[in-house]
Amino acid sequence: MKSVLALLTLSPLATMAAEVSFNRDIRPLLSDNCYYCHGFDEKHREAGLRLDVRESALKDNDGVRAIVPGDLARSDLWQRIISKDEDDVMPPPKAHKKPFTSEQRVLIKRWIEQGAKYEAHWAFVPPMRAAVPGGEAAIDHFIEKRLKAEGLAFSSQAEAGLLLRRVTFDLTGMPPTIAELDAFEAAVSKDFEKAYTDAIARLLKSPRYGERMAMDWLDAARYADTNGYQMDSIRMNWPWRDWVVRAFNDNMRFDRFTIEQLAGDMLPKPTQDQLVATAFNRNHMLNAEGGTIAEENRTKTVFDRVETTSAVWLGLTMGCSQCHDHKFDPITQKDYYSMFALFNQLVETGGVDKRFGKKSYSNMYDSLYALESPYLMLATPEQEAQMKSAQSNRDSAEKALMARSAEFKVPFETWVKQVRADGDLLLKRIEEDGLRRIAGTIKLETLNYEKLTNKTERALVELFLRGDARWASAMKVIDELRAEEDKIQQQIPHVMVMRDEKKRETHILKRGNYETPGDIVPPAVPASMPPLPAGTKADRMALAKWLVSPQHPLMSRVVINRLWQQFFGRGIVKTPDDFGLQGALPSHPELLDWLAVEFRESGWDVQHMIRLIVGSKTYRQSAVVTPAMLAKDPENALLARGPRHRLDSRFLRDQALALSGLLVEKRGGPAVMPYQPPGIWEEMSFGKNRYFQGTGEDLYRRSLYTFWRRSVAPASFFDVPARQSCAVKPQRTSTPLHALTTLNDVTYVEAARVWAEKLASLSDDDARLDHAFRSATGHHLDARGTTTLKQTLAKARAHYQAHPKDAEQLIATGESKRLSKLTPTEHAAWTTVCLMILNLDETLNP
Amino acid sequence: MSTESSFAPFSRRNWLKSLALASLADPKLFASPAAHFAPRAKRIIWLTQAGAPSQLDLFDYKPGLASQFDKDLPNSVRGEQRLTGMTAGQKRFPIAPSVFKFAQHGQSGMWLSELLPHTSKFADEICLIRSLHTEAINHDPAMTLLQTGHQIGGRPAFGAWVSYGLGSDNLDLPAFVALISRPSGPTNAQPLHERMWGSGFLPSKYQGVRMSSGKDPVLFLSNPPGITTERRRAMLDDVAALNRLKLADYHDPETQARIDQYEMAFRMQSAVPDLADLSKEPADIYERYGPESKKPGTYAANCILARRLAERGVRFIQLYHRGWDQHNNLPSGIKSQCHDTDQPTAALLAELKERGMLDDTLVIWGGEFGRTVYSQGVLTRDNHGRDHHPRCYSVWMAGAGVKGGHVHGETDDFSYNIVKDPVHIHDLNATALHLLGLDHTRLTYRFQGRDYRLTDIHGEILKGVLA
Repeated sequence: MKSVLALLTLSPLATMAAEVSFNRDIRPLLSDNCYYCHGFDEKHREAGLRLDVRESALKDNDGVRAIVPGDLARSDLWQRIISKDEDDVMPPPKAHKKPFTSEQRVLIKRWIEQGAKYEAHWAFVPPMRAAVPGGEAAIDHFIEKRLKAEGLAFSSQAEAGLLLRRVTFDLTGMPPTIAELDAFEAAVSKDFEKAYTDAIARLLKSPRYGERMAMDWLDAARYADTNGYQMDSIRMNWPWRDWVVRAFNDNMRFDRFTIEQLAGDMLPKPTQDQLVATAFNRNHMLNAEGGTIAEENRTKTVFDRVETTSAVWLGLTMGCSQCHDHKFDPITQKDYYSMFALFNQLVETGGVDKRFGKKSYSNMYDSLYALESPYLMLATPEQEAQMKSAQSNRDSAEKALMARSAEFKVPFETWVKQVRADGDLLLKRIEEDGLRRIAGTIKLETLNYEKLTNKTERALVELFLRGDARWASAMKVIDELRAEEDKIQQQIPHVMVMRDEKKRETHILKRGNYETPGDIVPPAVPASMPPLPAGTKADRMALAKWLVSPQHPLMSRVVINRLWQQFFGRGIVKTPDDFGLQGALPSHPELLDWLAVEFRESGWDVQHMIRLIVGSKTYRQSAVVTPAMLAKDPENALLARGPRHRLDSRFLRDQALALSGLLVEKRGGPAVMPYQPPGIWEEMSFGKNRYFQGTGEDLYRRSLYTFWRRSVAPASFFDVPARQSCAVKPQRTSTPLHALTTLNDVTYVEAARVWAEKLASLSDDDARLDHAFRSATGHHLDARGTTTLKQTLAKARAHYQAHPKDAEQLIATGESKRLSKLTPTEHAAWTTVCLMILNLDETLNP
Repeated sequence: MSTESSFAPFSRRNWLKSLALASLADPKLFASPAAHFAPRAKRIIWLTQAGAPSQLDLFDYKPGLASQFDKDLPNSVRGEQRLTGMTAGQKRFPIAPSVFKFAQHGQSGMWLSELLPHTSKFADEICLIRSLHTEAINHDPAMTLLQTGHQIGGRPAFGAWVSYGLGSDNLDLPAFVALISRPSGPTNAQPLHERMWGSGFLPSKYQGVRMSSGKDPVLFLSNPPGITTERRRAMLDDVAALNRLKLADYHDPETQARIDQYEMAFRMQSAVPDLADLSKEPADIYERYGPESKKPGTYAANCILARRLAERGVRFIQLYHRGWDQHNNLPSGIKSQCHDTDQPTAALLAELKERGMLDDTLVIWGGEFGRTVYSQGVLTRDNHGRDHHPRCYSVWMAGAGVKGGHVHGETDDFSYNIVKDPVHIHDLNATALHLLGLDHTRLTYRFQGRDYRLTDIHGEILKGVLA
């Protein structure tokens, strides 16, 4: 147990004789056990003692010194740790911390003996490149250095087919085709390096690359097609999703990618694309629940921007500082609200100010949309013209009717008074028209019919007019014109964007509560980090440029670490969302820094970094595990073997569609509604949100384009973020529900059925089985596998011959037409085999 | 890269085994794999009443209000407290006394409303908290706070914490199951969010599994048409055979996990339908739970299911009944809600008691906040509405480890402010965890550098309600 723990925390306890490192050995112990009460947060500091700064830890405090370098007897910290007295011992029992282990005590003891040296937290010091011996690839150099130190070595290279499958999934989220496998295997036999380099180049050029890269970015950016919260109505930020795909496919420099998303609107003469890019910070949820308090909502929105931006670019958890100074990291509450101020200048009010569409609808795009300013309408010139004319038609019809107010004023007022007086009538109105507070609150005396700016007043007047034969037809015309306008509006993407139009003073909010504003704070970046250049106005543009500046210690590391995670399943820092004092230490600090500097110096070239990673010997290794490796490095943190992890469920679906040939590679545009068991949205929303499953092509688009409702994630996906707040760490769990999805969801069963038809064109069973198996796994079927699969096939044939009805049912799965000349029995038997192959461990887990 | 596997109980033994198998990176991440001390309750059935039931009409008897009809709520009572956007604009805040009668019940003489004739029979089992309060004033944040200890989504639900802390007693069923029902009457019901039973930042295997009343009680549970159970068995045998070949070549423990996962899926395919099949329940059971109990998806049917889940060792069973949001027409609306819930709730308590399960099952009944004493909209002698009221409301607990026939806390004459023993949501959650043998300050999970808890940095155990 001890050795496992030592290895897992990557503390080389074996080398106890060596000098204790503050960053590696001591800070995590102090941070975990002491800083909560003796750390950065001044308001929560006990006994005036601060241990995160050497000067304070050494200070004489009424004759007591926490640490006296080299002198254990006089170091109160040490005496408290070893104390048997409940009142003295640290950490105190009431803190519910586990006492230090004997190894940990030895480390602390030795550290004090060796002079109690402090080091700055590694992530807050700008990265510097360590030298790499000439001719060596940096990644492999650093990985191998550590392997050697641990008595391990690289594994051999993965089989060509498996390697192609690995890299194809990592770069495009899809499997290689048999033709690609054949070509690659032929080419590698001549010149491996060239064949592999060519394959990488081909994959990076594929438009699927941008789609694959966008998936992780969308998770981080909490992108979704609805607003979340109770109403969960629809929004239209999908042009931003398409912008992300394009940016990756164009290999946009990452500094530009950062600047455009954080502050595209502040660029000189921004293009439409640059404005759309700023939707990154408008992908937050919107609360349109009746009776919510707008300022409370708005505050939460700005919190979300601060926290998402800091998680994505700083790898820091700013959230803690919403209510108090951070307990562990040098982020004060003032820093938090200074960042808040940067995102606090929008006209938004904390609700929804633009709605269109219908409550009762018969297809998704006819339904209710709700958004909040500022937003951008991406209309074509024709749409713009249509819109203008529809608006003016509606406007003149409304004006014409209201101009007749002299006619209806008296009947209307009489009606309102009647409704007020008659409880039953009011109740009826409330039930039928949902007009809750209106009749009671409206001020008849001051009503100006020609200028009905108040929504509820207008609604009440119109309700009356609609119900009276004298004006009903005029109202009907207006309603029709409005529907017409809505219809045009729904064709036009409305993208919520950033635009600083409202000067707001930002206050520190005590305990994060909008009702208790404290001191005013100006916009700024956190004080403990490098300052903005002198004379720079602190705004979002300054923030973006600051993030990508060469002296920034975090941004390049944080971003490259996530990129590494994409390929190896685990970051060099395995807490991609926390580079602070409580975060994990890098497994390979020199490598992380080398990559971070290379990334910046390459001109923020993402594809260059990818080529370095997938080109490395480290990446190309076989994933075969030996018991020795498993015992020594279960997590594969040291990378003595190649990466292997279950595919993201969204790419599993793409894989099934690709293998079967059902995949429709149409790119971009509004989200689509593929298969989903009926009634899920309806049951959750009390029938308010209805799912209108798509038809034809819509069923077979890549998962990236699946409509994402925040209250209920798409049913075919599992282990996916909720898309409600920023998520940068993949979830890989394994429950029976996942198996049930890939075994029973029509998505997979139909894919198996269609795939079976495709295989029929091959000459015989052996050829078909091998083709299917190889398409799904990247390698040929061996003799043992062939025997098993042939048995599967034989048993399936026997069953379906005896039960033709079962066969008919199985091959009727899904909407796509059955084309083949296969007999139903044969088709059903092969469908079983294909479904089975889709569920093999190797297929799910390249 | 490794994954966390299955619903399997996270016993110490499995934990060590999985460590060896590399499933867990950092032992600190899983600080609490088992109960901290001997539990009083083995499981919780949480009867969540979504939409906020009016405490004034059910539990918090205020006889003095009868003489206050249509009088203005004194400003001194209301104070500076914020109101929702729905009534903030009202010119008056006229007092609406409950139109329902209250009476004393049981040995304890607990005052309960005539709306709860069945539940009232269990007055001596019930521990009524009249002094619960929350910060949130709107449904979504309030329900999220109740379930996850935080108003904004992203944290694990109570049941996910329990599943993480204690694992499951049944290998074929998840540890945390959610059941939702809709009201029978026409009423204002809020949509629900998956995050109410989500795992937040905990590994997703701890999330609640929603069982529905449709064809598949659990998503994708049924085999596709044309694939019989025998066929599926044969297919899975062959999948396992091929996976074992792979395991022999690669030695990846992930592959073993996959084999186990598919076996569990198969077992679940028979365990869940058996569980969800209410047809074998004897006729008198339906009589006890009331006429609605024969309709799948109703609160009554879900109460029967809750008992069946409890019998099978599911640890956290969460029912959601919607429709308590009576901004208007409260008298008829709440009557209809009570018609849906009172009899089945009482029948569930009775059955648990008869089977000796009330001793180790904690039942909790309640919503996300309370309702105002003043009327929202027009007030008449027999009709009115009530707005949201977070300052005080009532919930009850019954069963394992709580005092029966006990009332905890007290509100002022208007059920507007708490005057004795305030209980925050965090206190309620801390107490419920305590009854399960979990110390809410030690049930932690490290996320983004911080050790998170269900109760955040709050929560006091309500010693006064413990038996």
